[in-house]
Amino acid sequence: MRNNIYIYIIVMALTVFAIRVLPLTIIRRPIRSRFIRDFLYYVPYVTLSVMTFPAIIDATSKPLAGLIALLIGIWGAYKEQGLFKVTLLCCISVLILEFIL
Amino acid sequence: MKAFRNGLKVGIPIGLGYFAVAFSLGIAAANAGLNPFQGFLTSALANASAGENAAFIAIREAVPYIEMIMISIVSNIRYVLMSFALSQKISPETGLIHRLLLGFYLTDEFFALTIAQEPYCDPCYSYGAISFAAPCWALGTALGIVMGNILPARIVSALSVALFGMFLAIIIPPAKTSRPIAVLVILSFVLSYLLSRFSSLSDSVITIILTLAISSFAAIAFPVKGGSHEE
Repeated sequence: MRNNIYIYIIVMALTVFAIRVLPLTIIRRPIRSRFIRDFLYYVPYVTLSVMTFPAIIDATSKPLAGLIALLIGIWGAYKEQGLFKVTLLCCISVLILEFIL
Repeated sequence: MKAFRNGLKVGIPIGLGYFAVAFSLGIAAANAGLNPFQGFLTSALANASAGENAAFIAIREAVPYIEMIMISIVSNIRYVLMSFALSQKISPETGLIHRLLLGFYLTDEFFALTIAQEPYCDPCYSYGAISFAAPCWALGTALGIVMGNILPARIVSALSVALFGMFLAIIIPPAKTSRPIAVLVILSFVLSYLLSRFSSLSDSVITIILTLAISSFAAIAFPVKGGSHEE
């Protein structure tokens, strides 16, 4: 089954808009629940981690290149190289690795 | 007008960074079967890297629409937190139109520059940055879809990891100083690998289930001390 891409885009855009705008317009006081605040605090790290691995080794044409790029990216980020440099480091690693492997 | 111009200056480096990541996102969009216009539209309407990546995976997997709503909530839920924080930085007299616009363009970067102003933010400063950087984001995605088909496979393969490089740059530095975050990153990697290899669940369902489960576990096991959540 192939659904309509435009409906997907509209559904996603409306959901994202609601998430960003509702707290800003309707709810004006801070969140009280300790659990919800801590939950929301951890969510970005978990989502991004889940989406990174194993997706990165499936994104490259050779899985080993993706795996090594992941390790190099972690090393670069650990050394606080910043968003742009880490991104570049991963790309260049894959470019070189896929040539060698 | 001065605030707008100052914002525009800050928007230029942000826009260049956006362009590179959006290009990588365009490759993911092309894999999901989107044409350049659809990619442009998605990025113009959503302004969310992780959220759009999750959405493109969902489109590729042809999930039901209800699942698209769920994956969009999960992959963007961090903006709830930012929206709350931003609501404290907006002068009470600020009109609804400004609130809607600032919310629409609430990305990690625009959040950072909007929140840095004292005592309240001037929406015009944010609009200056947005006016340059937001088009970069949308055009970058469209161009990624066009060029992804033209460029040699080796280059596409290299560019497609740009998005993950950006994710690593966000999650690893806090993991250095916070043991709970380090534990969560490793746990997420391991469980995500196991589910993707040994279950029949789709990638978007895996993202939803693991985000809800691991974050709930973390909120119980590692309560944040002091109650301050500002990054």
